[in-house]
Amino acid sequence: MEVVCLPALSRVAVCGGTHGNELSGVYLVRERLKKKEEVETISVVTVMSNPRAVQLCRRYSETDLNRCFTTATLSSPISDKTPYEIVRAQELNTLLGPKGSDEAMDLICDLHNTTANMGLCLITYSDRDWICLHIYKYLQKEMPSVPIRYIHFDISISEAYSLESVGKHGFAIEIGPQPHGVVRADIFNMMKDGVRLMLDWIQHFNSGIQFEGGVVDVYTMVKNIDYPRDPETRSITAAIHPQLQDRDFCLLHTGDPLFLTFSGETETYKGEEPLYPFFVNECAYYEKGIALSLARRKRVEIPSIQVKRD
Amino acid sequence: MTSCHNAVSLHEARKVAIFGGTHGNEMSGVTLVNLWTNNEAEIQRTGLTTKPFITNPRAVEKCTRYIDTDLNRAFTSENLSAPRSDDLPYEVRRAQEINQMFGPKGSPEAYDVIFDLHNTTSNMGCTLILESSKDPFILQMVNYIKRAIAPASCSLLLYDHPLLQYATSRSVAKHPIGLEVGPQPQGVLRSNIFESMRVIVKHGLDFIELFNGGMEFPPCTIDVHRVSESMDYPRDTNGNIIAMIHPDLQDCDWEPLNPGDPMFQTFDGRTIFYEGSTVYPTFINEAAYYEKQQAFVMTKRETLVANGIKASKI
Repeated sequence: MEVVCLPALSRVAVCGGTHGNELSGVYLVRERLKKKEEVETISVVTVMSNPRAVQLCRRYSETDLNRCFTTATLSSPISDKTPYEIVRAQELNTLLGPKGSDEAMDLICDLHNTTANMGLCLITYSDRDWICLHIYKYLQKEMPSVPIRYIHFDISISEAYSLESVGKHGFAIEIGPQPHGVVRADIFNMMKDGVRLMLDWIQHFNSGIQFEGGVVDVYTMVKNIDYPRDPETRSITAAIHPQLQDRDFCLLHTGDPLFLTFSGETETYKGEEPLYPFFVNECAYYEKGIALSLARRKRVEIPSIQVKRD
Repeated sequence: MTSCHNAVSLHEARKVAIFGGTHGNEMSGVTLVNLWTNNEAEIQRTGLTTKPFITNPRAVEKCTRYIDTDLNRAFTSENLSAPRSDDLPYEVRRAQEINQMFGPKGSPEAYDVIFDLHNTTSNMGCTLILESSKDPFILQMVNYIKRAIAPASCSLLLYDHPLLQYATSRSVAKHPIGLEVGPQPQGVLRSNIFESMRVIVKHGLDFIELFNGGMEFPPCTIDVHRVSESMDYPRDTNGNIIAMIHPDLQDCDWEPLNPGDPMFQTFDGRTIFYEGSTVYPTFINEAAYYEKQQAFVMTKRETLVANGIKASKI
């Protein structure tokens, strides 16, 4: 593949507290706001996305902020009945966007935690955004002791509902396992290193260094599986099976255990295609009807890239 | 086998309750109590009635620890004797109701035993929480449970400290016992944690059945961790925490913390060391304790002696 030339990333946003109880991002944003470090060649803005939820130490106060960034929701009319998070999403769109326009941030990095054993994941909407994929490749190289993966949701930008879709490039850094409402030093340090390395890469890129292409693994979201539920009450009737618990990204084959019911029966995976589970037993997904998500893995060839000189 | 004269004669324990959802986001207890409410077979025993009960249904519905105030701190004599009023915080009103149903606390009508089911984000494994070092019935029960689950282990935490002891929902019973199993994130149900708690309750109920049926339990000794004090996070002048549990301390519940050991790590990587005599920390990095100013709770090891017990038939 030929070297691809891309514009410099001169305006970057680091966001945390999009979910108020995902504390690595909350504390990292607080530290960054305190320290006010400057980075050459990049203007970095640090944002606490959902201050009300952070104050309450809850995921959200009225509705999940990280589902409010579809083009439709961003342009919906505001009244005094509009949920706080929708108002806030539109504020963030003004600050960091507008989504889809030339004024939008070059890159948005949104910091999250999960109760699932996912290591460090970059989550984004594209499997051919060379900037995001190169940052992924760079993090893998510079943080060899951390499992780092790239998850792609195949959704159009206008339908994309999360904060990072506001920028020209964007990804969430999702790190687990960490309980909500807790900050673990090992997880915090992993996120701090990831953000630092991302900013280092952007500086190197902006300064003209060519980053060599290669092949990387990408996980593309295929479907979700809900818990077995009581038909009347809709309460869950099983827990994630002990053989699946904490086994995110371990290939799931037909017949493998999925759930262990409260009466001791094992329910198994009935799909024909072996897929990779992730977000296994994520706390916030019980109410969304998701016990685990499943992805296909593929190899993606990425070109060498270099900053475009005007 | 020791002879009968050493055994303390105690009333049979006929009224037993199992509390879940005292904190609405501690899912093992919520799930078990709901399960047993729909199907009591597993918790039925001869010679006693066992009532499963969700103590904080509004918090359970919202999957949150509490609505207005922590129910598991609400059973103070002040709260329980306050005149009924809709202006009282939800949990205070609830405490009064629970005291009516399962107490009154301190009276002869109170339930004999309450098992109160909890989860923690701390790596405490299975822990039984005692409120007294002098209740031979409870001491014998925990001894029985420990032996029954061996080789799996169970820690015993004694909160017999005037300042750190707290007015728990289970305290309305004559013989309260807390079950604390972790690590489990709030709002999450882990299968292994759920099954561990289920097994402990099973053995607790078995003990009561055997006791009521006339089995004598000889004197025994049990090793406990007695709570001595708690340690807060370092904070700035605004009250925000400025350091995290150090990676070397994280998940090391029940292991000795010696003077000079790493304790906290600031956000920019500096270590803060523990200074003080050797203690055995627990509740390390419990999510709900950030607001209670407890990064961990310090304990000292102690051996308690329990009298033999036997049910009296009067």
